[in-house]
Amino acid sequence: MELRGWDEFEIGSVLFSFNEKVENIPNVQQEDRSYSENNSFQASVAHWRVEKPIFNVDHCIDCFFCWIYCPDSSILAREKEVEKKGEKIMEQSMVGIDYVHCKGCGVCSSVCPTDPKSLLMVDEHDEEERVLANWPKKEGKEK
Amino acid sequence: MSKEIKNLKEYSKAAERFEGAHLLCPGCAHSMIVREAINATDSELVISSGTGCLEVSTAVYPYTSWDVPWIHIGFENASTAVAGAEAMYKALKRKNRLYQPERDVKFLAISGDGATYDIGFQFISGCFERGHDMMYICLDNEVYANTGGQRSSSTPIGASTTTSPSGRVSYGKKEKKKDIVQIMAAHGSPYVAQVAPNKWKDMVKKLKKGFDAGGPVFINAMSACTTEWKFDPSDTIDVSDVAVDALVFPLYEIENGTKLTITYRPKNVLPIKDYLGLQGRFKHLMKKENAHIVEQWQKDVDAKWEYLQRREEAGV
Repeated sequence: MELRGWDEFEIGSVLFSFNEKVENIPNVQQEDRSYSENNSFQASVAHWRVEKPIFNVDHCIDCFFCWIYCPDSSILAREKEVEKKGEKIMEQSMVGIDYVHCKGCGVCSSVCPTDPKSLLMVDEHDEEERVLANWPKKEGKEK
Repeated sequence: MSKEIKNLKEYSKAAERFEGAHLLCPGCAHSMIVREAINATDSELVISSGTGCLEVSTAVYPYTSWDVPWIHIGFENASTAVAGAEAMYKALKRKNRLYQPERDVKFLAISGDGATYDIGFQFISGCFERGHDMMYICLDNEVYANTGGQRSSSTPIGASTTTSPSGRVSYGKKEKKKDIVQIMAAHGSPYVAQVAPNKWKDMVKKLKKGFDAGGPVFINAMSACTTEWKFDPSDTIDVSDVAVDALVFPLYEIENGTKLTITYRPKNVLPIKDYLGLQGRFKHLMKKENAHIVEQWQKDVDAKWEYLQRREEAGV
């Protein structure tokens, strides 16, 4: 992207978030929008991370605590096909983590209420398969 | 239209209008509050921000994190900027000259505590007196965090900041925190409330009331600051929980300047020492020679809680 200097801008310049008009933004998900190159969605803060969260779908109860408390809009909640009583229906679920915008703060893991946790913070260079294979067992309540 | 949100499953269907890769610290409560506020409504928003962490981190050239019309003018005039837009909108509506009259637009100003309690105070006061249909959200992190942690008039007594450092001769800031909620309520505004991001349900309810109030609305949002309060980024929600449960930030609302309602009563009220112990800025208050500050503060918190309860009971 070619950057203009401060003295090369016209008075009243505007940075546009989208390349074209997006109708009804509150109901159009990120993947269906056409972001302009000036939207921070196009940038990455992945290099800030020391630890990354790993999501284990087996333990998740779809409480969305991680979604509401994520400061970086990096928890992806979408409609997903799930099986309930033998029927396949579309339901709002937690589907994963946006590793481009996640800064690795660890809030999602700390608010996760399941036992064992569905989100764990691990070293940035750890492999996902290895972590998922060695997921901690249920601890039970301390007495 | 502000929407009815019953649970997080419904809430999470909102598509983000505040994008990631802004440069706020990891674990910052500012972005939690902004996300919760924006996702709580389906209306189109016009937002202005006063100078502060939120403004400098979400508009770093060449990027913007906002998918809504957003403006930053100065430190002090987030409120007047949005009030101007609102006045123009109203005038065009009256003259039937709106370009797209079917669009439902809400006006929102978001600033930090420095821009609200100190620098922008007279502007906000003016806006509330003129009665613009807008909402003002103060992100109260009790310090000028953006410029390196100077004390503001929101900083509580005993906090160590860069301009009120604790040490051999001082226990940190010597003055108490300004009670902005009561001050704003005294303007006679239709709705004034204090919220915390960790109590999302309470917050959504208040935001809905605020968006529907039809007058100037003031929301004071507690924003735990990992950098200046000095705690681990992953503990933001824990610290907020303790702050609310220790009644340092009681959650309540005031309607039409008088009718006070407490919206959250903790089951177990925690001693204020639990709250102080979590944060590096109060580390020195744990020493024996500073015990009288904690004691006094506890008394003040209890007295405030008593006051709120009595006012709720009396309904005046």
